[in-house]
Amino acid sequence: MSKLRILVPVKRVIDYAVKPRVNKAQTAVEKNNVKHSMNPFDELSIEEAVRLREAKKPVEDILAFSAGPAKCQDTLRTAMAMGCDRALHVVEEKQELEPLGVAKLLQKVVEDEKRNLVILGKQSIDDDANQTGQMLAGLLNWPQATQASKVEIDESDNVTVTREVDGGVETLRAKLPMIITTDLRLNEPRYASLPNIMKAKKKPLEKKSLKDYGLDVENRLKTVKVQEPPPRQGGGKVEDVDGMIAKLKELGAL
Amino acid sequence: MPPLNRCLPALRRIRLANATFERSIARQTPRLPALPAYALLPQRRWQHAATASASQETSNEDEAGQPTPSKQIKYTSDSYPDLKRDSRFKQLDEADVKHFKEILGSSGSLIDGVTQDAQDDLEGYNADWMRKYRGQARLVLKPTTKEQVSGIMKYCNEKMIAVNPQGGNTGLVGGSVPVFDEVVINLGKMNKIRSFDEVSGVLVADAGVILEEADSYLAERGYIFPLDLGAKGTCQLGGNVATNAGGLRFLRYGSLHGNVLGVEAVLPDGRIFNDLFTLPKNNTGFDLKQLFIGAEGTIGIITGISVHCPQRSPAVNVAYFGLDSYEKTQQAFREAKKKLGEILSAFEMMDGAAQKLYAKANGAKLPLEGEYPFYCLVETSGSNGEHDEAKLNDFLEHVMGEEIVADGVVAQDETQVQSLWACREGISESSQHFGGVYKYDLSIPLPELYDLVPATRQRMEDEGLLDAEDDAKPVMDVVGYGHMGDQNLHLNVVMRRYDKKVEAALEPWVYEWVRERQGSISAEHGLGLAKRNYVGYSRDEEMIKLMRQIKQLYDPNGIMNPYKYVSGG
Ligand SMILES: Cc1cc2nc3c(=O)[nH]c(=O)nc-3n(C[C@H](O)[C@H](O)[C@H](O)COP(=O)(O)OP(=O)(O)OC[C@H]3O[C@@H](n4cnc5c(N)ncnc54)[C@H](O)[C@@H]3O)c2cc1C
Repeated sequence: MSKLRILVPVKRVIDYAVKPRVNKAQTAVEKNNVKHSMNPFDELSIEEAVRLREAKKPVEDILAFSAGPAKCQDTLRTAMAMGCDRALHVVEEKQELEPLGVAKLLQKVVEDEKRNLVILGKQSIDDDANQTGQMLAGLLNWPQATQASKVEIDESDNVTVTREVDGGVETLRAKLPMIITTDLRLNEPRYASLPNIMKAKKKPLEKKSLKDYGLDVENRLKTVKVQEPPPRQGGGKVEDVDGMIAKLKELGAL
Repeated sequence: MPPLNRCLPALRRIRLANATFERSIARQTPRLPALPAYALLPQRRWQHAATASASQETSNEDEAGQPTPSKQIKYTSDSYPDLKRDSRFKQLDEADVKHFKEILGSSGSLIDGVTQDAQDDLEGYNADWMRKYRGQARLVLKPTTKEQVSGIMKYCNEKMIAVNPQGGNTGLVGGSVPVFDEVVINLGKMNKIRSFDEVSGVLVADAGVILEEADSYLAERGYIFPLDLGAKGTCQLGGNVATNAGGLRFLRYGSLHGNVLGVEAVLPDGRIFNDLFTLPKNNTGFDLKQLFIGAEGTIGIITGISVHCPQRSPAVNVAYFGLDSYEKTQQAFREAKKKLGEILSAFEMMDGAAQKLYAKANGAKLPLEGEYPFYCLVETSGSNGEHDEAKLNDFLEHVMGEEIVADGVVAQDETQVQSLWACREGISESSQHFGGVYKYDLSIPLPELYDLVPATRQRMEDEGLLDAEDDAKPVMDVVGYGHMGDQNLHLNVVMRRYDKKVEAALEPWVYEWVRERQGSISAEHGLGLAKRNYVGYSRDEEMIKLMRQIKQLYDPNGIMNPYKYVSGG
């Protein structure tokens, strides 16, 4: 069986528990002073990679990757605390990369770092694009299995991926190298333990910039307007039981 | 379907929420709104406590405490045949009801079970949250102004009509419902926020404002109510002050005795006690308002309060540790105070048995791989996420490096914050999952705080009452946890079924044990009816005499919340 050289891209997003608010200019979601965390689907990717190692598969190393502002390093440290061996940060303070830009970057990283397995979240919870994994597979011309709920790798480099589809499950098989994107039921990510958080501080984190890759990652999409969904209609309050009965009658429910 | 992107955490949440909800449903009183649905979602950490503490104190004096939702609750007078109605109190008649109607006019309202049958409507005001106590009130009054309250009290005092002030009725010691036919004066309709000063952070509000509503109002303005507890969706500010509630923010913001700046109340004879001061300092004579804080409705009805509210912290971090001994837990607490200083907002302790119990009752996985005899949960809240993190890291490195903690995790996102809190807040709930629980809420000096737990286990074993496996024994386990930062232990004796022998072995033994260590037999929940006979374990005769003199001074006719508080033997 080939040695597994895994790449796990992770994205720093607004914490899912935070209610996002649209900025005044209606051009984007307000990000200042808002709690950010790792995209939950990326936690699944890391967990899966770490479990492959724990299942005694020949994992050579697990590389975490993130592109974005300096703060992404926190996310990468978390990734290493969860079990990644090292991290690569492409620092980009201003431009918010689109899926195609990220896929192009990842293609370079795969080539530079000689990866043979990339595990990505099926989507990130901020833009919900669900595209990066697929685009990367296209660029590399590798087989892909999206929305994985189970991953198995055998002695002859066959990767069997189970994915949940409407009305049942679908099983795909392909040989390494391969792209996998993760879905909810794949696993339950672990907590970052204290000793591992400490160790993660000493693991190597390499910084690069977009220039180092000499890529055209120009954005192609234009955001026209960002709007909140219409507010939920609030309920009315009744004084007492009689009031409630009267109201129900008024609404024709009684 | 929610958008897919939010599904992963949502799924975990729904699972938790379902479990929590099912459990809590089983114990709701028929009419009591209990907690609003959102309070049951593990979205915020308190909601676990919400269901958790539901059975707090479902304990001591009778088997009626068993959570049997379908069964009618026994009348308190039947559960406690020693209690006799005080014959000095007038029985209500039609003329009284007519008079109250006049006082309340069109704005207030009343439930009249005197001149008509209103049994169903009255039930929610007669039965307490734990379904342990049940009074026989035939009249509920809901005034809307302090003048109405004053008119009611004046009349009751003249006619010798006993009354029971009531807030959200979430009290855990049987103080919030009548024992016999006392008139319930419910503050629910006095629910306006009167003013808020955005510079000083002083909130002035009616007593009937619901705690959570006050807190949401403050949150919108960047402030926080200095008290947070499981029943926040139902309990009222007046009730909180009347019970001097402690809760989850105590370590950080301290007691209501410090935060409450002013009280407006109606005295038993109808006079208005007007001390709704809004400034922090006022050294002009006795600080009489303090008497109302924790008086449990025995010397007056609180109608309004002013509270000093702190700034809300935008950055919250939570860590969870496994430790090898209680000694190490104390060391970790000392270090937390040293290294985290002003950002330390909670330090909770759980023993290994308590965590196993939580895992078993909920089918949950604990955050750490290994097993430890002690666990603790540390929360920080501060104004600057980066500064806090630096402090927290310094603390973590130190306690790991010095081997004070054996293992630990730090929440990396909100879901993890909530799951870690669930490990602490889910214990109370879990402790009665297997049939029942005897609960004690105690203040004990820190060095000895935990000694009571092994001592209790030993006692149960010596009496042949405890076995982890053998179903023939009534006691399954003895667990300890609590607000370590407040030197407040929760001792839970986990039962397969209630058994008078266990109760006899525990009481007054536990109270004696606490007295020997100069602790308190009721740290947070007060006296009410449940603890009225045990005050002597925490206060000497002279103190009790003085308390009774104060009661006599304010309420010479003894019409306010009779049979409770310091009236016991
Ligand atoms: C799920 C749950 C969690 C809890 N957690 C905690 C906790 O962490 N810490 C803690 O300390 N307590 C806790 N408690 C108990 C706590 O005492 C009450 O929840 C709350 O403080 C009482 O408020 P209430 O409005 O429900 O008062 P009630 O239950 O209605 O009344 C409590 C007492 O105060 C009196 N009273 C009420 N309103 C007034 C008024 N306006 N004027 C004069 N007297 C009045 C009543 O006569 C009664 O004696 C918890 C309770 C529950 C159900």
